[in-house]
Amino acid sequence: MTFDSEYFNIGYLDSLSYKDTFVHRLDPRVKLLVSFVFILFVVSFPKYDISGLIPFFIYPVFLLTAGDIPLRVIAKKVLVVSPFALFIGIFNPLFDTNVLLTLYGISITGGWISFMSIMVKFTLTVSTALLLIAATSFLGLCEALERLKLPKVFVIQLLFLYRYLFVLLEETFRMLRARDARSFGKKGRDIKTFIRLISVLLVRTVERAERIYQAMLSRGFRGEIKVLRRHSLRFQDFLFALFSVSIFYIFRHYNIVNILGETLGRTLR
Amino acid sequence: MSHHILELKDVYFSYPDGTEALKGISFRILHGESVGLTGANGAGKTTLLMNLNGQLFPTKGLVSIGEIPLNKNTRQEIKRKVGFVFQRANDQLFMPTVYEDVAFGPVNLGLTPEQVDERVTNALETVGCLHLIHRPPHRLSEGQKNAVAIATVMAMNPDILVMDEPASNLDPKSRRQLINLLKGFAHTKIIASHDLDLILDVCERCIIIKDGRIAADGPAEEILLNKTLLEENNLELPLSRQKR
Repeated sequence: MTFDSEYFNIGYLDSLSYKDTFVHRLDPRVKLLVSFVFILFVVSFPKYDISGLIPFFIYPVFLLTAGDIPLRVIAKKVLVVSPFALFIGIFNPLFDTNVLLTLYGISITGGWISFMSIMVKFTLTVSTALLLIAATSFLGLCEALERLKLPKVFVIQLLFLYRYLFVLLEETFRMLRARDARSFGKKGRDIKTFIRLISVLLVRTVERAERIYQAMLSRGFRGEIKVLRRHSLRFQDFLFALFSVSIFYIFRHYNIVNILGETLGRTLR
Repeated sequence: MSHHILELKDVYFSYPDGTEALKGISFRILHGESVGLTGANGAGKTTLLMNLNGQLFPTKGLVSIGEIPLNKNTRQEIKRKVGFVFQRANDQLFMPTVYEDVAFGPVNLGLTPEQVDERVTNALETVGCLHLIHRPPHRLSEGQKNAVAIATVMAMNPDILVMDEPASNLDPKSRRQLINLLKGFAHTKIIASHDLDLILDVCERCIIIKDGRIAADGPAEEILLNKTLLEENNLELPLSRQKR
């Protein structure tokens, strides 16, 4: 993974959020809260329950398809962070060796099941978080956070982060290119040069911050920034929230997979 | 209208590290005048500009704008009168969208939302960028950023427009558009630039700064055609006046 490709990757996730679909049009507050509730429901499952989790895939799949977001992008990002979850659960099979069920002569221990359950929960929650970002503009999320009463200082920090992330990346990009243009083979790409690059970048950032502050003062800044409100709650927002939360509730209290299996079994018999 | 006069009387400025950037600058700019400011790199152009709206305060001497002396108490008022367009549009545009950025000044002036809307629309229309209103700044071209940066200042209805290298990084067409735009403004203008053709096109008066002092001050046509004077200041004849 080179720096260039990562840069365009971030820009790509950003550009996805400018689409205009049903999911993109929903009020960001609703999306944020529903996704939060979704994550709470998912993590509330006991550690041996996998089948109960499966129906929950409907929510990320819905965001993915209705939001017209390519699966590849999200899948790749989930894979990148997956080692974290992997290391949380990797020792479960060693510690928990109770055999819970036997499938075609292979005994499956509680450890393996709880490990699988961690991985499923991880996939559900992380993909939902990523899809939330891809389907809501960053500004929309900031607006939502502000209107949900997050302290304004944090929201403004996030806004500045969004504004200057791309500027900073471009600056880094230029410096790395300048380095590569004059370094041959291993020389010039060692850690010493890298540390110097980082420190130069820091100094430049501080200088830029100073200039930005002057620009703000020149336009009458006195410690107050207004966050623009673009969205308003509509009927479909309420409907979406009500509908999804009740589905999560049903999924949580009735094991849909078991019920389906039993009815299917009965009709076949 | 005497209240738009900008006057500097024997202004000195030294940076905290002891560098003396301005060594006694005096001039008077009348209402509606366009003044080009030029000089070698490091001559003190940017420092001078920063002294005009209270980003920096002179260590000695007096800056006054429309009879109001610049000091810590009048700084806010002066900032409203003097619109400052920074050299790098990325520093000027700090809000997440063009609309919010242009609205930033008017909101801080305490205008009502309707007035803010009107100011934003007018300012963006003036620079021909109304269609960019909902874009985030990182998705604009360099020329568009420059125009929007000017709009952010225009939205505050300044009396005096101060610009630091407005045409650097612009392609020839954007540069020409900028020149036409500047020509259309009736404001008092102070433009620091190395683009002498731009100064020749936009300004009737030109000041050359050398080592923190004024080396020349007079009609642009006269100064910018004085070859020896220009060469003494690391400058050369405007391209349009060079013989091939």
